[in-house]
Amino acid sequence: MKLDDAVTGAIFLALSLAVLWDIQGYPKIPGQNVGPSAFPGLIAAILAGCSIALMLRGLRARGAGAGPWMELLPWTRSPRHLFLFLLTAAVLLFYVLLADVLGFLVCGPLMLAAMMLSLRVRMPVAIAVAIVATVVIHLIFYKGLRVPLPWGLLPVLY
Amino acid sequence: MTWTVVVQAFGLVFDPYVLGVILASALFGLFVGCIPGLTATMATALLVPITFFMPPVPAIAAIVTATAMAIFSGDIPGALLRIPGTPASAAYTDEAYAMTKKGQAEVALGAGLVFSALGGLFGTFVMILSAPSLAEIALKFSSFEYFWLVVMGLAGAVFIGSASILKATMSLLLGLLIACVGNDNPAAHPRFTFGITELAGGVSLIPMMVGMFAVSELLRFMVNMDPPPVIATERIGNVFRGMWELTKQYKWPLVRGSALGTIIGIQPGSGADMASWMSYAMSKRFSKEPEKFGTGHVEGIIESGAANNSSLAGAWIPAIVFGIPGDSITAIAIGVLYLKNLNPGPTIFTNQPQAVYAIFLVFILANIIMVPLGWLAIKAAKNVLRAPRNILMPVILLFCVVGSFAINNTVFGVALILAFGLIAFFLEENGFPVAPAILGVVLGGMMEENFVTSMIKSDGNPGAFFTRPIAGGLAAATILIVFWPLFGWAWRRLRAA
Repeated sequence: MKLDDAVTGAIFLALSLAVLWDIQGYPKIPGQNVGPSAFPGLIAAILAGCSIALMLRGLRARGAGAGPWMELLPWTRSPRHLFLFLLTAAVLLFYVLLADVLGFLVCGPLMLAAMMLSLRVRMPVAIAVAIVATVVIHLIFYKGLRVPLPWGLLPVLY
Repeated sequence: MTWTVVVQAFGLVFDPYVLGVILASALFGLFVGCIPGLTATMATALLVPITFFMPPVPAIAAIVTATAMAIFSGDIPGALLRIPGTPASAAYTDEAYAMTKKGQAEVALGAGLVFSALGGLFGTFVMILSAPSLAEIALKFSSFEYFWLVVMGLAGAVFIGSASILKATMSLLLGLLIACVGNDNPAAHPRFTFGITELAGGVSLIPMMVGMFAVSELLRFMVNMDPPPVIATERIGNVFRGMWELTKQYKWPLVRGSALGTIIGIQPGSGADMASWMSYAMSKRFSKEPEKFGTGHVEGIIESGAANNSSLAGAWIPAIVFGIPGDSITAIAIGVLYLKNLNPGPTIFTNQPQAVYAIFLVFILANIIMVPLGWLAIKAAKNVLRAPRNILMPVILLFCVVGSFAINNTVFGVALILAFGLIAFFLEENGFPVAPAILGVVLGGMMEENFVTSMIKSDGNPGAFFTRPIAGGLAAATILIVFWPLFGWAWRRLRAA
C-alpha cells in the first residue's frame, strides 16, 4: 500500500498532535523547569513541523498532477501474495492469542504447516518439517536456554 | 596498553566455548548472507535472542563474526544469480555477474573473499589504533558534549545518503518517540504506556529489532513476485589463483576502498551498503580504465568489496568509544552490550579494558577465518543457493517468535514483532528508511538523559549548550551537517539564477 505523501504526512501529524496533547497532563518536578514532558514535547513539535512539510510537498506534487491518494502495489492485486502477507500476520496473531492455551508444541507445527502448505511445499515434507523444526527449536530454547515456553494442553514432558 | 590486559583478552577469546561460538556464528553468517532476502542485519537480529543468554564476550563475538561473514557471502549470489545476498553487495552485483558470464566466476568470488578479509583487517587496525586515544578525549566530555555527539550522530544518520532527508528525519523522530515509552524518565511518569504493564519498562529493544529487520523481511519475501532466479554457472575454479597479482596491481584501490569504508563506518547511520556504493563510484572515478567498469572488470569489486567489510570495523569505533552506533548492526550490538551491563562509552576502557581488547581480537580472528570458511562457502554455494526458501522462511518466522518471547518470557514480545514488522514494512513501502528509527530508539534514552541533565545544570538556559568550548565546537559541526544540504541547495539555486 503506497500512500500519497500528503496522507502519510497527515498520519504523522496526527501522531505528533496526540503526543503533544498527552504530555499536557504530565507532572512537573518541583523546583525544576524540565520534567518528563520536555523531551517528548520537543521531539513531537519537530515531528509536527516535518509532517506539515511533507503534506505540503505531497499537495504541491498533486497540483502538478500526481497519482491517486492511495496506490495499491501489484502484490495487493495478486490474491496469492495478498493471502501470504495476511497469513504471516495471522500466524503471529494466532500465537499471541493462543500460545498460553494450546502450548508451543501444538502452536508451532500448526503455524509452520499452514505457512509451508501455502507456500506450496509438498504435504508430507511440510508436515515432517513442521514437527521436526518445532521440536528442535523447543529443545534449543526450552532445554538449552531454559526459556519457559508454554506447555498449554500438553503435560510437562521433559 | 598493559600486557596483562592483552593476555586476559587472549584468555577470554581463546576459550573453547568462545571459539565454538565464533565458528558456529561464522557458518550461520555465511549461510544467511548467501541467501538472497536474508540480510546481515537480519542475521544479527536473529542471533540476538541467542546471545541474550551468553556472557558478553561470546555474545559480541557472535555478532561481529556473523556480520563480517554475511557481508562477504552476500557477494556469492551476486556473482552467480545477479541478486545481491545482502544490500552491501548490490553496488557491484552487475559487475560480478558480468565476470561470471565471461567465465571468470572464480576471480570475482576470489576477489570478493580475499579483499573483504583485507578490508576488514584494515578497518580493525584503524579501530585498534584510534579507539583508545579517542576514549581519552571522550573522558573529558560532560552531558553537554554528549548531547551534541548524539545529535551529530543522528544528524549524520539522516543527512548522509538518504533518498529523502525529510522522510529519514521523520523516521528518526518516530524512533525517538518510541524511546520515550515507559517509566524511565525524569519523574518516572508512565509515558505512552496505554496502561499496558509490559510497556512500563519501555519498548523492549530486541523484539522491536527482530520485528523491524526480520519479520518485515519475511513479509517482503511473501509478497515478492519476481520469478525464481537461475544459477549462472556450475563450475567455479580455484578462487585463490591470481589473487597475489591482483593485490600488487590494485594496491591503491584496495587501500582507498578500505580507508573510505572505515570512515563511512565511523559516520553514524551509514554502514556497509553506503560504503560499497560510494567506493564503487570512487573506484570508477579514479580508475585508469573507467570504460571497463560494468563489463566484468575486477577493480571495482576489489575496492568496494574491501570497503563494505572495513566499514563494519569502522562502525564499532563510535560504538565502543561513545556508545553511539555507526550503523544498524552496531545499534543492535549496543543494545546487547547494555543488556550485559557492559555499557559502551569511554569508561569501558578503564573499567573493562580486557573486554575491549577481546573485541579487537575477535575482529582479527573473524577476518582471518573468513578466508578458509569463505572458500568452503563458495564450494558449497550451488547447494546453499538451492536451499528451499519456502521451507526456510516459515522456520525463521517460528524462530523469531521464540526469540522474541525469550527476552521477557511473555507473548507480548511476539505482539511487538508483529506490530513493528508491519510498521517497518509500510514505512519502507512508502519510502521511509528504517535504520534511522532504530538509531533513534537506541539513542533516545541517552539523548534525553543528557538533555535533561544539561538543562538542570544550566538552570534552564539553553545557551549553555553552546558556550562550553568543546560543546560549542560540536554544536558548530552538527549545525554544519544539518544545514549542509541546505547550503548545497541554495548554491545550486544561486548558480542557476
